[in-house]
Amino acid sequence: RAMVFVLSEAGKPIYSRYGNEEALSSTMGVMMALVSFIQSGDNAIRSIYSDDRKLVFVQQGPLVLVSVSRTLQSEQQLRQELLYVYYQILSMLTQVSITRIFERKKNYDLRRLLAGSEKILDRLLNLVESDPGFLLGAVRCLPLPASQRDALGALLQKAITPNLVFSILVAQSQLVTAVQERAVIEECRLEPTDLHLLLNLIGASSAFQAGEIWTPICLPRFNPDGYFYAYISYLDAECTVCLVLLSTDKESFYAVSDCKKRVEEAMRTQGSLQVLSGGLQSPSYSVGQVGVPGYPGELPPAAPVHQRQLSSSPSPELEGPYCSEEEQQRLFDLYHYLHSRIHSTSRPLRLIYHVAEKETLLAWVTSKFELYTCFSPLVTKAGAINVLTKLLRWIKKEEDRLFIRYPPKYSTTPNPGKGTKGGRPDGAENGFFAGL
Amino acid sequence: MALRELKVCLLGDTGVGKSSIVWRFVEDSFDPNINPTIGASFMTKTVQYQNELHKFLIWDTAGQERFRALAPMYYRGSAAAIIVYDITKEETFSTLKNWVKELRQHGPPNIVVAIAGNKCDLNDVREVMEKDAKDYADSIHAVFVETSAKNAININELFIEISRRIPSTDTNPPSSSKGFKLRRQPSVTKPRCC
Repeated sequence: RAMVFVLSEAGKPIYSRYGNEEALSSTMGVMMALVSFIQSGDNAIRSIYSDDRKLVFVQQGPLVLVSVSRTLQSEQQLRQELLYVYYQILSMLTQVSITRIFERKKNYDLRRLLAGSEKILDRLLNLVESDPGFLLGAVRCLPLPASQRDALGALLQKAITPNLVFSILVAQSQLVTAVQERAVIEECRLEPTDLHLLLNLIGASSAFQAGEIWTPICLPRFNPDGYFYAYISYLDAECTVCLVLLSTDKESFYAVSDCKKRVEEAMRTQGSLQVLSGGLQSPSYSVGQVGVPGYPGELPPAAPVHQRQLSSSPSPELEGPYCSEEEQQRLFDLYHYLHSRIHSTSRPLRLIYHVAEKETLLAWVTSKFELYTCFSPLVTKAGAINVLTKLLRWIKKEEDRLFIRYPPKYSTTPNPGKGTKGGRPDGAENGFFAGL
Repeated sequence: MALRELKVCLLGDTGVGKSSIVWRFVEDSFDPNINPTIGASFMTKTVQYQNELHKFLIWDTAGQERFRALAPMYYRGSAAAIIVYDITKEETFSTLKNWVKELRQHGPPNIVVAIAGNKCDLNDVREVMEKDAKDYADSIHAVFVETSAKNAININELFIEISRRIPSTDTNPPSSSKGFKLRRQPSVTKPRCC
């Protein structure tokens, strides 16, 4: 997989995906030399191609991120991966404090502040390479009948307190529903990227049911300089269903915790936990469910589906020959390749039919969705199109269950307050990094 | 029986075992592959102490430096602070001394300080002598125990000792309603502190 390095402008190692940063410090020195050499000519290095690998450079403020890869991933995709890493670092420290730290001390060792977060970044990179949601910019949502999803949304809408801005219900890293403060949505909305980062952060920290977590967190796409205070609590003994409440008030823990109690109680009376565990046990959607007939012995279509305006994506259970991890990774590499061809900046495509060694792939992008499918190598073009049409018809029929279409809203503050900045998380003035 | 709510926070370097101590105390379980805490984790456990019920409101804080500035939010209004170090890592004991200083300067005036030298099951690789730690604890009038969250050594004793040190409410008659009020106190007193 791709090697990923993060270093400071002074060439200090900050993170390395594999190996120890200290041992790699000379490698990082060379990287930094390349960056500054190009920089001295008022230019910026973007990438280096060698016979079998690509090096991609991203500079964001005082941080330099480098990816070295031998996979089929395009430069654009590797750049995206590096940006995810950068955003995850921001989610823990914020842009403004990173800038301030390096302004004061150019050779600061940022690992001091990121201690313990290597796992979070490692996990993020593994997800980026295995979860189609990251590639498509969409969050995986748990397929659930619309009536049940609405009921859960309504339940979150009722459990509110001042300064609460987002209520998010998650089951095994799949989004169940997300409710937003009305005043916030006008300015901005919850970006899939921010949700990915938030869910990764939660997934990477230990949890048990009795504990309620209260932590500052920055949603960099929403506002790279401010913190929200996140309340995170699991609702079942197995720690599969998780409630995340984001507030702008760092002192509001007890009030927010009280909201959770109300949610918990309402869910108990409605039997929501059983509904969710039912939803988790039934496969996301299987090819059998789609009911595509007439291709005995052929590979089922495996399709991460993405509907742009909804930014959510269910993806089917991988079946047949794609049960092993290596095969899944190989298939996902092929999807990466198709994705890069479709989104090529020089020659973008809308439809691509690709015959590979072991399978035939078909990807299709319209203004409404992005669909990636995989067939047996013996499929005909007409046959593949026929299956695709059926699949799309099925998705259309099931879209209320598969996608989150209209996220509900609530209003926690009768008067959003402080001028135009109402509903925004508190920024640099919150004193979180005053001590530095 | 009277119910008293006691806010307790755990402080100390990352990886010394704060969360493990809390898990052992609250759930009586241990996970060797525990991940670092983010921010702080809140838990409660009620135990009987003499003729009172003590409900511990436990704030298990993250030891990583980036969360350091948040600590006042958790120790403010605390009845007790448990500062944890790792007996196999000398530097965690120095961090502990800094926490003691910080509590003396900014913490609540009557806060009970307890020092826990965790991982005492790893005696072979010990770096901090029990006597040195004990002497230091005595010099600051702190509770001192060596604990092992892994082997469940001295975990309950630590909290019992805290219960014992907390000034009793005899001066003002204890009542259950009093207990409930305490819970709201942090949010009431905060504006005055800042």
